[in-house]
Amino acid sequence: MSEAVREVPRKERPQFRNIHVTQLSNYRLPLAGLVSILHRISGFLMFALLPVVLYLFELSIRSEMSFAHFAGIASHPLAKLVLLALAWGYLQHFCAGVRHLFMDLHLGLDKDSARNSAATVLAVSLFLTALVGLKLFGVF
Amino acid sequence: MAQNNIGPKRLVVGAHYGLRDWLAQRLTAVLMAIYTFVLLFSFLTGSNFTYEGWAGVFAQQWFKLFSLVTFLGLFYHAWVGMRDIWMDYVKSVGLRLTLQMATIVWLLVCAAWTVQILWSV
Repeated sequence: MSEAVREVPRKERPQFRNIHVTQLSNYRLPLAGLVSILHRISGFLMFALLPVVLYLFELSIRSEMSFAHFAGIASHPLAKLVLLALAWGYLQHFCAGVRHLFMDLHLGLDKDSARNSAATVLAVSLFLTALVGLKLFGVF
Repeated sequence: MAQNNIGPKRLVVGAHYGLRDWLAQRLTAVLMAIYTFVLLFSFLTGSNFTYEGWAGVFAQQWFKLFSLVTFLGLFYHAWVGMRDIWMDYVKSVGLRLTLQMATIVWLLVCAAWTVQILWSV
């Protein structure tokens, strides 16, 4: 009897306090948290690629010849991948930024609306990124 | 805290640069959002999707100035964001200061470059 009722040692729930980088993969973020960290990552990505953007922008408007050079670079598949990453960064940052601005006006602050708006941000930005990707790779 | 506000233990806050930067980040965000729509609108409503169409948008003086103001706003926005990232993740003061100064210098270089680019067309 005592054997049967003895409690099975329960699996300990992990606790996270000031998590270390190595623990990140065990930690499942809520949607709003995912949008938050993606805001940071996409912002950093765009900062890092700023020289690329300015260089391409310069080529694209300086003259017809430099524009042709720009078009040549942009037609390379690898360059298209970089541009797609940039487009994702911009769209993600843009959508999440609009969400931020609404929240600064104290709109949609409760848990459910925040979760819904986070899901919307992810869906809209991924959808628009997919559109840009299809256009970039010449599907339409 | 009140009786402890003199000497080395005093509370050193109240410069308000946090609020100022927070507000600047929001204002520049709104500016960039407006710019995005204006740029998309002026390019997509034109029928000329070649070099002339694209450069034509930037050839107008008002659009050059609008672009410059937006880009300067972008660099300020990026500074606030990058400063937050360095403050959150880089714990060594020396390294953090170096990275922050490098960020400022780099953004200033980008600002000068932007002026050159915008007035080259």
